[in-house]
Amino acid sequence: MKQFSRPGLAVVAAAASLSIALTGCTESRTVESAPVGADGGPVKIGLVTKTETNPYFVKLREEATAAAEANGNELIALSGKFDGDNDGQIAAVENLVQQGVSGILITPSNATGILDAIEKAEAAGIVVIALDTETDPADVVSATYATDNTEAGRLLGAYIKARLGDTQPQILTMDLDPSASVGVQRRTGFLEGMGVPEDSPDILGSAITQGDQTKAQQGAENLLQRVGEQVNVVYNINEPAARGSYQALKDRNLTDRVLVGAIDGSCEGVQDVADGEFAATVMQFPKEMAVQGVAAVETYAATGEKPSGFIDTGAMLITDDPVDGMESQDTAWGAENCWG
Amino acid sequence: MSAPLVIEKDRSLVTRLSTVFARNPVLGPGLTLLVAVIVFSAATTTFFSADNFSLIIQQSLVIGTLALGQTLIILTAGIDLANAAIMVFGTLLITKLATGGWPSAGALVAGMLATMLVGLLSGALVTRLRLPPFIVTLGMLAVMTAVANIYSEGTSWPVPDGLLQVMGTTRYLFGQIPVTFGMLFAVVLYLVVGIVLTRTAWGRHVYAVGNDAEAARLTGIRVGRVLVSVYALAGLIYGCAAWMALGRTPSADPNAYQTGNLDAITAVVIGGTSLFGGRGGVAGTAIGALIVAVLRSGLTQMGIDSNYQNLATGALVIAAVAVDQATRRRAR
Repeated sequence: MKQFSRPGLAVVAAAASLSIALTGCTESRTVESAPVGADGGPVKIGLVTKTETNPYFVKLREEATAAAEANGNELIALSGKFDGDNDGQIAAVENLVQQGVSGILITPSNATGILDAIEKAEAAGIVVIALDTETDPADVVSATYATDNTEAGRLLGAYIKARLGDTQPQILTMDLDPSASVGVQRRTGFLEGMGVPEDSPDILGSAITQGDQTKAQQGAENLLQRVGEQVNVVYNINEPAARGSYQALKDRNLTDRVLVGAIDGSCEGVQDVADGEFAATVMQFPKEMAVQGVAAVETYAATGEKPSGFIDTGAMLITDDPVDGMESQDTAWGAENCWG
Repeated sequence: MSAPLVIEKDRSLVTRLSTVFARNPVLGPGLTLLVAVIVFSAATTTFFSADNFSLIIQQSLVIGTLALGQTLIILTAGIDLANAAIMVFGTLLITKLATGGWPSAGALVAGMLATMLVGLLSGALVTRLRLPPFIVTLGMLAVMTAVANIYSEGTSWPVPDGLLQVMGTTRYLFGQIPVTFGMLFAVVLYLVVGIVLTRTAWGRHVYAVGNDAEAARLTGIRVGRVLVSVYALAGLIYGCAAWMALGRTPSADPNAYQTGNLDAITAVVIGGTSLFGGRGGVAGTAIGALIVAVLRSGLTQMGIDSNYQNLATGALVIAAVAVDQATRRRAR
């Protein structure tokens, strides 16, 4: 009976797991005859998202990959492990620098945590562009392609205000968390659009949801327990939060008298609007961020020209109950242009 | 009729080999690391360079330091699920004190003392209340995560320049090889802990307690004291990890390192330290932390999806524990 020594097994197992990994799905590395890179080869473009599995970032990755491959270039997509994994994002940036990319597109988990890594990449002659979320300070990257979140919130607020007419608003807000600029911007914009000051008694309560359906449902349940019958508006930081708060309203039979509004524009959210669960959602365009970001890196690789400043990739109100004087699209249009 | 003889020979070779491996627990992980480095160097053009090796070490520093403290605890047959949460609290405390007017050195000392006290508390709960370490540190994980969020009000703070970020400072060896102060600090920490474990009575007691706490007690070792000191020292090491984290990510963020506890356990286990206590050491852990970082870096540069990277790491963990079990059976 010939047998491996057990520790030998460790090496065999390691080699086996390596070979599993090596034969696994590699990214499709398209190399077509469209030499644009500095050395005549395809341009390498890095993308670093907050997480790998969030549908929003999946859409961003798919669109960026498609945009790069359309011109015979190569997109290398990496990500952190969870929202807040700054260390993972730094490692991803460092790895991309090692691989000699011309540019890095990044959705920073933390506005300041990755500044050093970005500066090192810039020093290595790589153009770094923020997508979806700004860095702090914003000019550490060459440019930012993102939704103007304040404007997105303002659109939703103005729409809800028009729908309420003369009725006094009684608002619950389902917020992100105090640390995220996106949450602060959307909330500020929403209240501005509603014409309600931050300290107004019309805001009956707020919950921290982290954009999570379960947390939003719990938060809304607890708030409704306190202020139940008066509520007529629930603002939500995103669609998962809106689904959670809608469930809480449904359990109390309040859905008929409450306008639920969200911001995101995922396909599921558009469907929720079509089903009459949400009054409206505001759509963001991750595809635009990806396509414009990839194009900017390709331009930089070809001409050395960098983009600059904040580029608003747009926001669109999606509702089947339009109000006069406000641009909006119906859910049929929404279903064609949604993400996720 | 010489077949039995051959078998006999084979068997003795196997026995001899396994004895070699059993006597040198670092051999398995070391070979794994070597194989991985060779494979990636052959498979990519970007992996084999001083720059990249330096990066890999930088990328494994924080988890590697957490894993150093974790090794001490696992050697006593315990486990610490709270280490990354304790470290994150440390980064917040140090940053807040330093931005609030404390001298940087004072803030660092205070932060390390605080993480040491948290470790001490875990150790005291394990020994005084006779609770399983898994339960104590699971509770401590929730408590420290909450404390970090309450203390920071859920926001992250930029880290002031200077001493707090010094661990990220790079100097060039021979003008070529990037070396950060964090690397040097980690080497010193590993050497000190390694020497203390292998060359002092306290170190022998740690192994004895991990092997068989009851037997250790009967030989006159004060098991409770050894355990409390191990958890406290681990806490101090988490404070050192906090300093390194500040140098690597100049932002104290309550949401960071959510998987750090399991990442550290992974490094320890791949490094050949036994989860059943009493076997292993810090050299293996250093190699284990490097193996994880090498896999991540190499597979990334080969363009392999991170799901497969996690799959490879998971397979290694299982393989390492299987080896540990097999070696134990032989030892009996």
